[in-house]
Amino acid sequence: MTAETDVLLGSIDAVGQGLESVGYIANRQISTAVYLSNHLQKPILVEGPAGVGKTELAKSLATYLKLPLIRMQCYEGLDESKALYEWKYGKQLLYTQILKDKLGQLFGLTETIEQALEKLHGFSDVFFSHHFLEPRPLLRALQQEKGAVLLIDEIDKSDQEFEAFLLEILSDYQVTIPEIGVVEAVTAPIVFLTSNSMRDLGDALKRRCLHLHIGFPDAKLEARIIDTRVPGIDQKLRIQLVSFVQQLRALELKKLPSVSETIDWARVLVLLHAGVLQPDMVRDTLNVLLKFESDIEAAGKQIDGMTHKARREAGLVE
Amino acid sequence: MNEAAAPAQTGPSFSEPLRRFLTAARSAGVRISSAESIDAMRAVDVIGFSDRTALRDSLSLVVAKSLEEKQIFDDCFDLYFQRSDFDRPKEPGWRQPPDADDGDENDQNGAEGQSGGPNAGNGIGGGKGGGNVAGDKLAAMLLADDRAALAQAMETAAEQIGLNKISFFTQTNLYTRRILERMGVRPVEREIEALRKDGGNPATSRADRLEAGRERLRDQVRDFVERHLALFAKGENEKYREEFLKQARLSNMDRRDLDRMRVIVRDIAKKLAEKYGRNRKKKNRGQLDTRKTIRRNMAWDSIPFITVWKQKKIDKPKVMVLCDVSGSVAAMSQFLLMFLYSMNEALSNIRSFAFAGNLIEISDILEHEQIEPAIAKILQQIGFGSSNYGNALLDFEEAYFPAVDSKTTVIILGDGRGNYNDPRTDIVMRLSERAKRLIWLNPEYRSSWGTGDSDMPRYSPYCHVATVCNTVRHLENVVTDLLKGSR
Repeated sequence: MTAETDVLLGSIDAVGQGLESVGYIANRQISTAVYLSNHLQKPILVEGPAGVGKTELAKSLATYLKLPLIRMQCYEGLDESKALYEWKYGKQLLYTQILKDKLGQLFGLTETIEQALEKLHGFSDVFFSHHFLEPRPLLRALQQEKGAVLLIDEIDKSDQEFEAFLLEILSDYQVTIPEIGVVEAVTAPIVFLTSNSMRDLGDALKRRCLHLHIGFPDAKLEARIIDTRVPGIDQKLRIQLVSFVQQLRALELKKLPSVSETIDWARVLVLLHAGVLQPDMVRDTLNVLLKFESDIEAAGKQIDGMTHKARREAGLVE
Repeated sequence: MNEAAAPAQTGPSFSEPLRRFLTAARSAGVRISSAESIDAMRAVDVIGFSDRTALRDSLSLVVAKSLEEKQIFDDCFDLYFQRSDFDRPKEPGWRQPPDADDGDENDQNGAEGQSGGPNAGNGIGGGKGGGNVAGDKLAAMLLADDRAALAQAMETAAEQIGLNKISFFTQTNLYTRRILERMGVRPVEREIEALRKDGGNPATSRADRLEAGRERLRDQVRDFVERHLALFAKGENEKYREEFLKQARLSNMDRRDLDRMRVIVRDIAKKLAEKYGRNRKKKNRGQLDTRKTIRRNMAWDSIPFITVWKQKKIDKPKVMVLCDVSGSVAAMSQFLLMFLYSMNEALSNIRSFAFAGNLIEISDILEHEQIEPAIAKILQQIGFGSSNYGNALLDFEEAYFPAVDSKTTVIILGDGRGNYNDPRTDIVMRLSERAKRLIWLNPEYRSSWGTGDSDMPRYSPYCHVATVCNTVRHLENVVTDLLKGSR
């Protein structure tokens, strides 16, 4: 970490305010996690339902710290040649051809094979060297002068083998390339891993990380998030909207609406110039919040009651 | 971080209360490795003890690595640090003795003093055997209502008598008494007695005050012991109970244990799935696939820069389960199905069937619904009738035989009691020839196979495995076998 980063992440409150300044409302746990991660030099493993702002956290932190965000999306079959480094085969091929042409010149004067071999040993081994190395996200993150925010997204989608492969970079901020040796980080990056709990991650990986769980926000926090993300929203509408979504989350649904869905819905309502939550309008726009037909059906029956309660909380009905 | 060297360096700053808290968290069921305790210590170095929320958040970040663990951790944290509220008087009308007007402040100090840990040991209970001295001091503290000092004395006494060893609820009284005695309550009691005999006005008043103080102290110590029990012994008790449940017969299972049982089954299944579900694809190993290598390297004049290897796939077992859902076998069926469906990661294809008088396929129901309501639904659709194995087997042969191939393991779960109907052993024979393996799980003990209407001895010769299965332990063994056999 550079001194600059240390100043920006000087205390838990500073982290919270900093993130807020770039539009990310963090709760206390999130700020603590970022603060500790910087001071203990440990990656953060962020878990939680989809759409609560796991990826957004990394993006916002990068913006706040003015560091490059290097993102790696995980998927099944991802391997080191796509995550860490790759040899520039084309260039290597060209190199061999140049070598072929020059061979005559180089070995022209030698008389025996032994002599030629001797001469060959004299050349430095450039074939597998930094010249022909194509850095992929992980290696690039280690090479950044001023550090970087490295986001390893949806680690649970990758194979188990890949997890093991990450261990070295997570605990020591270095990678080993067999042909070259150990590459250490110029400046240790801030590493985020996100997971949707598609599968259980290994203990070895978890042990190396701070484990942050981001759940659905409470009404107060959600209201603040809406305020920052949808500026210009009417206060009363915001209260109704948050209350409605919070009630919706108490239902038994297949997929509960997340913060991102609340934001989308708020934008929709602003576009429709809605001031009061009317059951009909809610019914028409419910597909923004809920993504399953069965969920929409289940929630649809209770819209009247829920909108009424939301309006009461906003002080629109006695 | 150099993990091996770290503990040595951290000796001095590794504070006692933190260590004890981690022990408590461990016994509550949070898994904490030694590397994680070192991290916890480093986190505390950065955060400090003063801001409790920050302390809890950061320890939770470092130590608890799943949502469940976080919940356990939070409970444990609250319980542990609640101890600082040691001696807030319970009855509102409690009279503050005039010489203890700074009591509240002391109280605060007492709370902070938790972090002092062993240094607090200079308190009163420290004097071993010096019963009278201890008694005098205790009396003085009781009269002065010096809560901080009492708290310290209590902690010290608790440590000396080894309160950490407490493991059962029934030991609460014993340990409470021991702590009190170590704190010197005996001489105080004698003094009260003597004062009462004396009978004078000041003596009686002193005796009253002492007695009130002692009563309060006893309540507090008892409280302390109970909390300690909850903190340190809960894990032990749970472990014991789980061990017991794993070996209990499923058909005799208490209703209130069912939920816990489900959790246990899911945990075991997860472990097995993790163990056998991995390494499904093996790359970079085995033989070179020449054809694919050349094709892959066409762009470079077929100079093999990228090698392609013959991928080896470990085939996952294909399983068909036939569950008897009549009467007493139903409980067993439920757990077997739960087991198999919890580990679909490790199995390639499960098809399940339920039968009593007739047989139906239930894979669809199980796939689309949560396992518990699904099972209830199945039992409603078909269940609890009297079983007819011959009929059910015939249904299976007619409709599903083509799906059975040499990679399929067929599991039949049932007691083999067909109510004197034709057992149709011929179908079982054909099934056994077709399938890779035929496993028969019977919840009855072997001694009752063949008694009454049981056709088990007729079926068992055709099964590759015919075994008793009526506890979660048995289930675990069967499923492990199944997965191993597939290799």
